[in-house]
Amino acid sequence: MSSHPAGRHRLIELYRLMRRIRAFEDAAEVASQGGVAAWGLAAAAKPALVRGPLHLSTGQEAVAAGVCSNLQRKDLLTSTHRGHGHTLAKGADPGRMMCELFGRATGYNKGKGGSMHIADFSVGMLGANGVVAAGIPVATGAAHALKIQHRPGQPQHIVACFFGDGAANRGPFLEGLNWAQVYQLPVLFVCEDNRISATTPTGPMTAGAGVSARAKALALPGVKVDGNDVEAVDAAAALAVQEIRAGGGPRLIHAVTYRFKGHVSVDPGTYRDPAEVQAALKNDPLLLARQRLLSLGANAAEVDAIDQEAQTEIEHALTQAEAAPWPEASAAYDDIMDTGAGVWR
Amino acid sequence: MSTQTLNYSQAAALALQEAMLADERVVALGEDLGRGGVFGQYRGLQERFGPQRIIDTPISEANIMGAAVGMALAGLRPVVEMRVIDFALCAMDEIVNQAAKNRFMFGGQGRVPLVARLPIGIWSASAAQHSQSLEAWFAHLPGLVVVTPGTPQDNYSLLKAAMDCGDPVIYMEHKELWGQTAEVDTALAVPLGRANRLRSGSDLSVVTWSRGIEPVLQALDLPELKGVQADVLDLRTLWPWDQQAVFDSAARSGRLLVVHEAVQVAGFGAEVAAAAAQATGCRVARLGAPRIPVGYAQVLENESRLSAAKVAQAALQLLQAKLR
Repeated sequence: MSSHPAGRHRLIELYRLMRRIRAFEDAAEVASQGGVAAWGLAAAAKPALVRGPLHLSTGQEAVAAGVCSNLQRKDLLTSTHRGHGHTLAKGADPGRMMCELFGRATGYNKGKGGSMHIADFSVGMLGANGVVAAGIPVATGAAHALKIQHRPGQPQHIVACFFGDGAANRGPFLEGLNWAQVYQLPVLFVCEDNRISATTPTGPMTAGAGVSARAKALALPGVKVDGNDVEAVDAAAALAVQEIRAGGGPRLIHAVTYRFKGHVSVDPGTYRDPAEVQAALKNDPLLLARQRLLSLGANAAEVDAIDQEAQTEIEHALTQAEAAPWPEASAAYDDIMDTGAGVWR
Repeated sequence: MSTQTLNYSQAAALALQEAMLADERVVALGEDLGRGGVFGQYRGLQERFGPQRIIDTPISEANIMGAAVGMALAGLRPVVEMRVIDFALCAMDEIVNQAAKNRFMFGGQGRVPLVARLPIGIWSASAAQHSQSLEAWFAHLPGLVVVTPGTPQDNYSLLKAAMDCGDPVIYMEHKELWGQTAEVDTALAVPLGRANRLRSGSDLSVVTWSRGIEPVLQALDLPELKGVQADVLDLRTLWPWDQQAVFDSAARSGRLLVVHEAVQVAGFGAEVAAAAAQATGCRVARLGAPRIPVGYAQVLENESRLSAAKVAQAALQLLQAKLR
């Protein structure tokens, strides 16, 4: 596969998206400092602006950007607990996302979900999920519906299903991949392999040759890519999405990347070998894309301007979120159910 | 004519068939549905609606339930068959964390209109893993409607109400009721959350549901309860449950007995009894199964079963207790 199929203009857009995700993650990380006592650290006196668990995708941006740049608005997406990048890349507004992380009424979930449940259904992003592998069955069901609802001559919309390397050791992974293959559903499985399951390296916990091999055992076509090379992810996704839309059934992309941060933002990740982290930082997908852009003839000022735009956008998101109102306490009783609403005891 | 003679299983099949004719978004998915379902409650439906709408699935309970959530989010109205409630335990994340929480945790962006059929109860010497009545587990969970139809009429009317309501519904048919036959009025709508008064009286209130109905009514015909005028309510829906009907009855009689086949400890009867006592000051008693797994041999199984004699004994004790 060509690692640079689309040239400079495509790469600029991919880089811009990755930079926006990085800026969002960096800002959210800072906003989460203080708050709770966890991971052996004491709580700071000043409460954090982002109070709950914050799972950052810093370092993994190429997977979200490369895959989602091949999706249309009406395509659907299910995500993991580490889902900010997928949400932004599917077209969500960072201001409303940040409001949600801050627990404000103007957030996508009205402050009811936070980072772990970030979602924007209006762009087809059906939600991050607090349970590992839980998005897989939901994605197969959404794809099943899209297949049932599809009419000849109409475009086939698809579902992109992100999950981590840890998810491949949960039952729903087998059930969902088997299901998608049995019914030949329009779903793209994306294993965003950051090589660590919370604080435990996934490799020693995983039998066999990994995710692609498991897909292959179900005759589900899969491909392994460098998940830090956004052009490689983009190219793999373009091909897979095209085949899925044409009625080819499910596909799997196994994108190997690296989680720069701890499991959650307040986890310093001291259980990892510093040399491993240093090596990974040199393989930063943004650094690689920037070098590649320069080699394709982009000038540094142009790339710096993209960085600045992203920074400005996220600063606005932070300002918006800090000024946004809290939910009313009464909102705790809305959006639960219609049947018997009003009776809570 | 809107009345026909149907058994409990046929009544549900008719309700589903009518819903599928009226709304092409309604689909059903589960194991063995193409052969009518394990209890015949889907008989004839795949022939009529095809395998795209009556979907035979792999034995993948987690994915069946999770897929139903995804289908509902994408615009379908799935009916999920779990075969027996005991198998739904393989899909608890999908029920508890996904279906029940979706609407709230995503701030009302989506709806999960699905009906999950989880047949309950002791049936045909099926032993510990195919005989449970776990309705209390689901009544405990915000976001879920919980329905326990006890007659062919209610299995017709309540299944329709469940499919219409737009919320995730845990719909628990009792496996020993499939063959129960009665006149079913297909024009009769039964709202969710409304109890059905089976007997009127003011000596004693008895609240039950599902398989509890028969032993309760039999007990009231036993000689030891001769002359006792009992008010008998079939709750039919456990969430939302008909608090007003129960409280009114308990306030009149001053004595409330709750009867269910499920294990008594932390059963839903505890909720009904406590709420009624708190609201009315009535004296309460519960009758459910002892906290033992359901055994295989008849003599063991009987220890978990309700009977008219057990109900009568519990009723007499409550009647003999002094009111404050």
